[in-house]
Parts: sequence; structure tokens; C-alpha cells
Amino acid sequence: MRNKPRLRDPKERAGDFNEVSMGYSPEQAKEEASRCIQCKNPQCVKGCPVNINIPAFIKLIAEGDPAAALDKIKEKNNLPAVCGRVCPQEDQCEKMCILGRKGEPIAIGYLERYASDYGNKNSQSRNTKQSSLDKKVAVVGAGPAGLTCAADLAKDGFSVTLFESLHGPGGVLSYGIPEFRLPKKIVNDEVEYIRSLGVDIRYNMMIGGIFTVKELFAQGYKAIFLGSGAGLPKFMGIPGENLNGVYSANEFLTRVNLMKAYRFPEFMTPVRIGKKVAVVGGGNVAMDSARSALRLGAEKVCIVYRRSKEEMPARIEEAENALEEGIEFRLLTSPTKIIGDEKGWVRSMECIKMELGEKDESGRRKFIPLKGSEYVMEIDTVIMAIGQSPNPLIGNSCSELKREKWGGVIADPETGQTSIPGVFAGGDIVTGAATVISAMGAGKKAAEAIRKHLG
Amino acid sequence: MNKILLKRTLAPQVSLIEVDAPDIAKKALAGQFVVLRIDQNGERIPLTIADSNPSKGTITIVFQKIGASTRLLDRLNQGDSILDLLGPLGHPAHIENMGTVVCIGGGVGIAEIYPVAKAYKNAGNRVISVLGARNKDLIIFADEISRVSDECHITTDDGSLGKKGLVSDVLKEIMGKEKVSLVSAVGPTIMMKVISDLTKPYNIKTYVSLNPIMLDATGMCGVCRVTVGGKVKFACVDGPEFDGHEVDFAELMSRQKLYIDEEKRSVERHCSDENPNCRCKG
Repeated sequence: MRNKPRLRDPKERAGDFNEVSMGYSPEQAKEEASRCIQCKNPQCVKGCPVNINIPAFIKLIAEGDPAAALDKIKEKNNLPAVCGRVCPQEDQCEKMCILGRKGEPIAIGYLERYASDYGNKNSQSRNTKQSSLDKKVAVVGAGPAGLTCAADLAKDGFSVTLFESLHGPGGVLSYGIPEFRLPKKIVNDEVEYIRSLGVDIRYNMMIGGIFTVKELFAQGYKAIFLGSGAGLPKFMGIPGENLNGVYSANEFLTRVNLMKAYRFPEFMTPVRIGKKVAVVGGGNVAMDSARSALRLGAEKVCIVYRRSKEEMPARIEEAENALEEGIEFRLLTSPTKIIGDEKGWVRSMECIKMELGEKDESGRRKFIPLKGSEYVMEIDTVIMAIGQSPNPLIGNSCSELKREKWGGVIADPETGQTSIPGVFAGGDIVTGAATVISAMGAGKKAAEAIRKHLG
Repeated sequence: MNKILLKRTLAPQVSLIEVDAPDIAKKALAGQFVVLRIDQNGERIPLTIADSNPSKGTITIVFQKIGASTRLLDRLNQGDSILDLLGPLGHPAHIENMGTVVCIGGGVGIAEIYPVAKAYKNAGNRVISVLGARNKDLIIFADEISRVSDECHITTDDGSLGKKGLVSDVLKEIMGKEKVSLVSAVGPTIMMKVISDLTKPYNIKTYVSLNPIMLDATGMCGVCRVTVGGKVKFACVDGPEFDGHEVDFAELMSRQKLYIDEEKRSVERHCSDENPNCRCKG
């Protein structure tokens, strides 16, 4: 039987921002690792976007050596403590696990997390190669894609400068994913490790503004990786979205996570959360927003999602955590307008009920509004968590960079090569909002392609 | 970290700092802004670049002590450093040779209209500047603006300097006397609304530089969204300058009040005399 991780009590945890899951104890980790049958042809590795040697690191945990396990993971993955927490393992490595066919797959994610949390002190993983200045590479964006690409290139002896527009590292790991799911200390420790590899991180540098792609080449960078993510928030385009009390999830989460508004006024950025909060959307960002709203003291928080539970893009684990904490789910429901008071503040939201029809081209069932089913719910805060588009700033400053109509940078899926020689791209800026690990996979492939490109 | 190389008090609540920022100084154009953060607990505050000197590698910022963050910023002196400084942000002002351009600055907006007036002058326009404030102490940058203007008018609410009245009164007079090709205004939102309402019937192109609440100021959060010509725009990346005749000022003014209560709490926590935690005192 698969070992269950230790979770804090829902009532207790919903009152603070401390981490919800406490992971495995050393005994649990050893026991879980011992369940692995060490396949000769491990399928799990094929499910991992960065090809971690999963059976090898699990064996080291079973032998009681988390530090060696961590070193094994770090051969392929530069952010193991992050991935152990936020990767959708159930759709990747664990989905392929042979034990999952008849019973429950090995908890690879929790074991990765255990190796990182318990092995970090004794890890030997340090860079020994000297960077050579004639091979300068610029990486744009210190999120999962950029950090991965920069770390891999530094390990190979390139001199890497990582440009970040915000004042701290991590990208979505810092501004998007809340403390209770991914403590910022974990992110900072991983970034310290990447800096120890020789990566020079320069904050408050928005490429496209301070320097253009052309100017970076003129400064002597031989290749450029663009990993600036999907930061542009989407709104629905319904009446009332500019009322006071309507947030994009990006704004709400940035205030809470990056700016630490949950500790206002000690931290000076405020956030205002009402009594009744509606979060629109069904992805992980919606879950993060809803659970953060609850922790900020909202009396009632509900998720409004236009399809059913089966179609919800959020991880099952996160939706279950939200439900346990008391978040209400209004499924098959979509807002039609937001209604305000005379002072411009949100008072209520009109919604319409949906039913599901045939599957569309993406394989999800289409939603069809039920005529006449409109109703009004009393709320005072709305958080729009319906997705983000690629940040357009770099593309706008560089007309040669070809982009899709919806804004994504066009790049070869295997190499990240864009329409400009020497410029590579990967992560959400190419795919639109996706997962941390897929961005890391793209960063890794691009690092390999840059290595070849610079010979 | 960016060092403050010079600090001057311009008016009782208004200060000027010149900050070491060589890369920004090289790029900054009229109408662009920076975001700065004073310390680890600080907000990201957007402030207009009032001037830049590429050869010295400096930018000039003028700010009014309104909230807790600007009061804390004013605690910094020559030789101190600002923790984070990001820029230049936003689109530069639309500058072209139009003929006669009236540049209007209200309050601390006077410092913000200065680079714009200078740019219009350099582009070959006849520049008429109109500066307005509550009283004579709050009229700043008058010499600098005079130097780049063909005419410079001053108004104060109490008549303590220049003409008693509002900048819109002076604009009305100018419009009566000569053909105005373009108006560019920076100042309190209500002032920019009044100016836009005034020029609209005459179809005089009017640019305003909006100052909604911002957070990241790189297009990520959308808190600065404004409705312009019926479309939602993000002032940080689509602006901050917009066609004043198209801006939904009522919505903007409502959104600017979002955090009034929290602003007060923040001032009490960080800047009040009775509070032992006050960080405004030495």
C-alpha cells in the first residue's frame, strides 16, 4: 500500500499560510521506496520531462541515503524540492509506474521531496567547471524554464547571466504559487544552489525595455534563451469587471505571495479580501486563489467553474485539499455580469448554469448555457483565474521574433529555436500557461540546443 | 542597489532625488516611469522619470509625500541607496512637430510635464506651458520649464503666485487667442478630466498621463486597467499616456480609491509619531 503523506488538519491549516503537507517521515520514505521493484526498463523515467533516473534515486532512499538520492536527482533536475511539491506526478512519472496497473503507483513525487528536504545538507552536488567568458549566454526570466536552462548551461561551463524583471527570483514559483503549497524558503534555497553553479542573476531588468534582443547580442552574448512566461492575465470581457473588488488571479496572488500582503501592514503592500469571495476558473491557480482568500479571513469562498469536476484542470490533490478546507464548488456555472454599488464596489454576480455537450477538438466536453437559468449570487470579491497569455513585451520590441496569433513565441518543440538564429525560447512563453515541469523540460532542451549551437 | 547622488526639497511635501542608474538613463524617454522599492518590506511604487542624464548616468525623480511609502522614501538622503529600481517602463509620450503645444502640469505633475515639454520643444513646436498648484510653495520646476517653453503661465488656487485660478482657466484664454494643435496634461486625475472636457468640443488632440494603482507595472497583474475608447487597457504597458477624450475618468477615479483605508493604516503603522514602530523617525 502506498504511504500517505502527513497533512496538517484542514481546520488548523486554513487559518495560516504554513505548508499544508509535511511530506514523508524517514521511516515512511524508506518503506515507500522499498515498494519500488526496480524495473529493468523503467517506464517512470519516460514519463519525466527531465528524465530523472527515478529507480536509482529511489534505491538510494531505500538504502537510507537521501543525500546521495538528491545528488542523483540533481544530475537531471535543478529544482527538486520544487518539483517534489508542485509537479503533477499523477499525469507523468507515476502514471507510467508499473505498480499502478494493479495497485497504487510509487509516490515518486513525495520521495523526490523527501530526498530534497532531508538530503540537502549533505548533498555533494556542486559545480566544478570554470565558466569561460568567451561563451556568454543571456537567459531571460528567472522562472522554472530560465532557472533550468541557466543551471544546465552553467554546469557546462558557459558564462550565464539571468535577467529577471521582478525584484526576486522564481517567477511563478514566487509570485504565483502560495507559501502553503511551496514555501518561499524552498524556492530561495534552490535559487542559491543555481547561483552556486556560477549563474549571475540580475534583478529589475526587463528585457525588451532596458535592453533589446539585438542589444544583448551587441553586448557579447552568443545565445539568448527567452523564458519570460505567460504573465498577461485574461479577463472574461463581461460587464462589471473593472469594479473595485475584481482581481485577476495574478494580481491577487502577487500581492499575497510576492509582496506578502498577508502580513500587511508590516509588509506595506495591501490586499483587500471581502466576506464572500468567488473565484472564477477550475485550474490550480483558481485553487491557490480560493485557498489564499480563505486564509486571509474570507467567510465564504466558492469556485465558479463552467464545466464539471471531471474536466477541471486542477490537480485532484489540490481540489481535494480545497474541498477539505471548506471551499464550495459551483460547477457547471459561468458568470455573465458583475454588479456593483453606487460607489463602484462589487455587490453581486449574475451567473448562468451550463450543461455539457459533445467533446470539442481539445477532447473536453463543450459547455452549453441553459437559457433562463441565470441567478444572482451575493459576493463582494471576484478573482478571475481563467488563464494567462504570454507576456508580449519582448516580442513587441523585436519584430523579427515570430509569434502565433494568440501571442505565443514560435519555437521548435525539440530545441526551442525561434525565428531568430541564436535566440531560443521555452516554457509558458511558447506553450501558454502550462506546468512548472514542462517549462523546466523546455529549458533543458534549449540548453542542450544552445550547447550544440555554440559548439 | 541604486545610490541617491543628490537630494533637494522642492516644496514642503515635495522632494527631488537624482539616482545613479546608468542603464535606465541611457534609455529613458519623456513620459516613461520607474518602479522602485525602498526596502525588503516595501511596496513597488511607480514614479515618473522627471529628467535623465545619460552622460552622468543619472535619472531624476520628483515625488510628493502622500502615503507611507513616499514618506519612507523621503527618509533616504544623499548617499543612501534604493533597494530596487526597475525601468524605464511604459510607452514614451507621443512627440512630434504639431505646431503649438500647450503643456499643463498640476501639483507634482509639473515635474512630470517637464520632460514632455522639453521633448516637444526639441521637436520644433511652439511650447506654451501652464503650471498650477494650490499655492506658491507648491509651484516647482518653474525655471526649468520656462527654459524649454516659449511662454510659461503660472496659476495658484489662492493667488499667492501668478494668476489666481485653475490651469483650465488659462488654457481657455490661450485657446481664445491662438490655434492650439495639441494639449498634453499631467496632474491630478480631476484636472486631466477637466482639461479633456474643455478641449473635446474643439477637437484639440489631448494627451493625459494616467496614474492608476500599479503593482508589478510590467503588464502582469492588470490592477492598472483603465477603459479607453470602450476598450480595457493596462496603463503600465499600453500607457501611461492616453487620448484624454477617450478615457473613462469616472472609473479611474473610483479605482484610485481602492486602498484608501489601507493607506491610512500603513501610515499609522510606519509613519505616526505615537507609534514605536514608526520608521519615519531617525
